Amino acid sequence: MKINDALAGAALAALGAAVLWHIQGFPPMPGQKFGPAWFPGLVAGGLIVCGTLLVAARLRAAAPAPLLALPAWMRRARPVASVASVVAGLAFYVLAADMLGFHITAAALLLVWSRLLGAAWKLALPVALAATLVIHLAFYKLLKVPLPWGLLERVVF
Amino acid sequence: MTPAVLQQAFALVLDPYVLWVIVAAAAYGLFVGAIPGLTATMATALLVPVTFFMPPVPAIAAIVTATAMAIFAGDIPSCLLRMPGTPASAAYADEAYAMTRKGQAEAALGASLVFSVIGGLFGTAVLIAAAPALAEIALQFSSFEYFWLVILGLSSAVFLAIGNPVKGVVSLLLGLLVASVGLDNPAAFPRFTFGSAELTGGLTLIPIMIGMFAFSEILRNVAAMERPWEMAQAKIGNVFRGMWTLARRYPMSILRGSALGTAIGALPGAGADIAAWMSYAVSKKFSKEPEKFGTGHVEGIVEAGAANNSAIAGAWIPALVFGIPGDSITAIVIGVLYIKGLNPGPTVFMQKAPEMYAIFVVFILANLLMIPLGYAAIKGAKQLLRAPRELLMPVILVFCIVGAFAINNSLFGVVLMLAFGLIAYVMEENGFPVAPAILGMVLGAMLEENFISSMIKSDGRLLAFFERPIAGALGALTMLIVAWPLARAWLRRNRNREALL
Repeated sequence: MKINDALAGAALAALGAAVLWHIQGFPPMPGQKFGPAWFPGLVAGGLIVCGTLLVAARLRAAAPAPLLALPAWMRRARPVASVASVVAGLAFYVLAADMLGFHITAAALLLVWSRLLGAAWKLALPVALAATLVIHLAFYKLLKVPLPWGLLERVVF
Repeated sequence: MTPAVLQQAFALVLDPYVLWVIVAAAAYGLFVGAIPGLTATMATALLVPVTFFMPPVPAIAAIVTATAMAIFAGDIPSCLLRMPGTPASAAYADEAYAMTRKGQAEAALGASLVFSVIGGLFGTAVLIAAAPALAEIALQFSSFEYFWLVILGLSSAVFLAIGNPVKGVVSLLLGLLVASVGLDNPAAFPRFTFGSAELTGGLTLIPIMIGMFAFSEILRNVAAMERPWEMAQAKIGNVFRGMWTLARRYPMSILRGSALGTAIGALPGAGADIAAWMSYAVSKKFSKEPEKFGTGHVEGIVEAGAANNSAIAGAWIPALVFGIPGDSITAIVIGVLYIKGLNPGPTVFMQKAPEMYAIFVVFILANLLMIPLGYAAIKGAKQLLRAPRELLMPVILVFCIVGAFAINNSLFGVVLMLAFGLIAYVMEENGFPVAPAILGMVLGAMLEENFISSMIKSDGRLLAFFERPIAGALGALTMLIVAWPLARAWLRRNRNREALL
């Protein structure tokens, strides 16, 4: 996704301004010139300057550029579906992992992702199950990461 | 260094568990490096959650070995697919493929392997010699010198980045902004936490890095998945044949590539990829036959292939001595060093001498191990590159999830990974380099802390930053580096204006 430099610059300058506004409420350090607002204030100032520079450079450039240009892959259904499924799948994991548990969620995601990317059922299914098992053994058993059991909790314990 | 320390260091490395970890990490590094779209930095980011649960020496050994192998292995698909396996091989991927088309795949792969090993060993030698010596000097550094070192590092990251310097600065500022979230500041005031307990401790860097280096890379891969890889037909026999002749023909290239690579690696913010680009350009400039570059000529591969592997070791010099990462890999490593109680800084060479020398031994071992294992990887390259991406990418994604979760055992890590992965993807699409942002995140706290404590010591007098000799020199150097590109741009614009008149 190509964002026009003028748009990006304006957004960055706005971010800087928002930070500057927010840090007004930071208390000073007693007896010191530089309190907790100094450092983010400096960064925010820099963002405003750089954002303005980007906008100015874009406005000075002769060739016009669209505000937003989509890359070639975004005009085809397959890659859009794959990328969307990856982002949506991660969001789904965040929302559902505690309830469904790691194992069910991960296996389901693996299956959906590999099918969407073009793997055949007869490969996608065993790989989804095997990979979930291997990650369970490596991270839960060996490295003691408390991956959530979710629905399976009652089955296992 | 005393013989006793050296003996302890060898004992730490030559432990069966550590050796096993090294071999496993080598295989992992070769695989990740050889698959286009999977990078050495990604290998490191995904390795961290696993190293979390290891003692210090095997944890660091795993990262050292995996990255060294990955940077070499990145050359393999350059030869066979015309796609660099890691960005560090991009500089000469076309050259390597042109050699394959001329029926010289064997020589191209052999040169990659042999001169990677030599470059890696050169960088290691400099690391072993320079790091403890620099640490001696750095013992006298106070907050004033550290402040300048951080500024120097940050500015070199911006100016070494390829592309628009304003975008480099923006990236750096965004990183510094991320670093200022949470309680971790001299006043211990909760900044930008918006009442959230998750944000009070600051944003955890490892999930962010998994997002920026692994997840964003997967997004790019998935978007480009439709195109199948076309493998060049090449017969590969003994890749070591003719390498001695090459070494005798291009001794200067080897030396120049290794030295430049180590230096670029040691400069903060620039790593193996920029080292390779610069070395390839330098090689062409000084070559007796520059017209042959691009047509399948081995000279640039010799020089740049040595450079990217030497950069890997060079990057550890500032990372170990000052806690300032030399590249994005060591930006991740610094976090691991702190977790393992090997806090970087000049005193680490006294307090943890056996561990430090053990890291050096691992560097040597990893580079030597590259000869047989790299040879095996070249032999098995065709099978390796046939790994089905439609199955591989989903599995890596689940690794990203589990890795981001495992750092704090919290789903917030997964949220961070997702958010920063998307941000990094959009940034790179629009020409904002990611490396300065990472450096800003790692160094933000150090910058603020050293500035504030300097100001407390000097009662708020800014001139105090120039009053100590080393601090003054570092300050002057920084200003020169910052002023130079600005002056050059101004001169160029004036000249253009004159030309127009």
